[in-house]
Amino acid sequence: MAKILSYEEKDTWIHRLSGVTKLIFFLMWCLVSMLTYDTRILLFMVAFSLVVFKISRTEWKQVSAVFKLIMLFLILNVIAIFIFSPDQGTQVYGSRTVLFHIAGPYDLTREQLFYELNVVIKYFTVIPAVFMFLVTTNPSEFAASMNKLGINYNVGYAISIALRYIPDVQDEFTRIKHAQEARGIEMSGKAPLFSRIKSTASIIFPLIFSSMDRIDTVSNAMELRGYGKHKKRTWYMERKLKRNDYLTIAFTVAFTIVALTITFADGSRFYNPFL
Amino acid sequence: MKLKFGIKEVVAIGIGTALFVALTEIQIPTPIPNTYLQPRMAILAFLAAVFGPIVGGVVGLLGHALGDAMFYGSVWWSWVFPEAVVGIGIGVFASKFAVKEGGFGNTKTIVLFNVVQVIANAVAWILVAPVLDILIYAEPANKVFIQGVWAFAGNIIIIGVLGTLLCAGYSAIGAKSSSLSKED
Repeated sequence: MAKILSYEEKDTWIHRLSGVTKLIFFLMWCLVSMLTYDTRILLFMVAFSLVVFKISRTEWKQVSAVFKLIMLFLILNVIAIFIFSPDQGTQVYGSRTVLFHIAGPYDLTREQLFYELNVVIKYFTVIPAVFMFLVTTNPSEFAASMNKLGINYNVGYAISIALRYIPDVQDEFTRIKHAQEARGIEMSGKAPLFSRIKSTASIIFPLIFSSMDRIDTVSNAMELRGYGKHKKRTWYMERKLKRNDYLTIAFTVAFTIVALTITFADGSRFYNPFL
Repeated sequence: MKLKFGIKEVVAIGIGTALFVALTEIQIPTPIPNTYLQPRMAILAFLAAVFGPIVGGVVGLLGHALGDAMFYGSVWWSWVFPEAVVGIGIGVFASKFAVKEGGFGNTKTIVLFNVVQVIANAVAWILVAPVLDILIYAEPANKVFIQGVWAFAGNIIIIGVLGTLLCAGYSAIGAKSSSLSKED
């Protein structure tokens, strides 16, 4: 079973921030990193998120497995962009400086390298933010503080049930898989495509049925305890927004505005060093 | 089309999302390099067909965002939203499928299910995903459209085979509320 990112309890000021503050930061951070192609802002974001990552005392072994996977996807994506569109950089920056010729229609241009560098940096701006959000946010506290912001508690509850049951479903999946493999089904690449779908089905069927039972059990239990009876709920894990939360939110909003203003100041999302 | 939203739907979103996320790592390799069939799509189609458009849409959105974040450490937003499109599209016809009531399994429902899933997938992966890729990430147009077509093909195969089997199987063992006939 691949190791996935999950919450770990620690005591740093980032862990003490409310889950909602971290969600706002995370979403805004993603938004800016999606919109901007301004290299200066992207570099600042990488530097800043590395600092935050350090402060949150996240250890390398918590994230290393996932990090290696991302690197693989990143390399594949960069190569795919070059194969499909070796002149994307020229289209974007409006000039063409050939460094050397490769083969056929493929020239390595300085603009293309710079464009792809930006794509790579964009990845690196989001990765630490995702890591930090997932490893420092307590799911129960997150649901409670979302409700405090005025979001319907059904939303918070659905999210916290999801986070709560991911490990359970994974365990169950592994158990069923081992049982079916013991009975001799072939899951590897040796089997032909259709029989691979069939053997996957022989794992997914029991998993679906037991999950449907689980949905019934959990919703009956919640109904018995009067869930959904009132418009409001009280929360055990509730945490009020404190000074640091307001400071973080203020910083996030200010950063978003400044970053987008700088990005779009010259009417284009791209920072063009070739002018 | 039902827009009921009660305790069962809240729990279905929660556990459905957990299922979707847990199955993110199960990928069936195909003869085409770097293209995988994703059984989690069949789960999404099944949940949407059983619980309707709200559960389908939210499981798609939340499941894809969480699954990507937890397994791959980054969220590719332009592919998160199309997932919700598929969930909503299939979910809209949930009452026609009547999976829970034991009505799914005859030719009519299977054909309808597959027509709906092909259309929903076409809109999601050939239209929404590439357009968002270009708008949000400024990626080359021909690359994103080819990726979109591959994703479309892979998803309609896995939903067509596994999704249909799941719905029919669950419908067959589920309580047949329509099997009672009135005695005079």
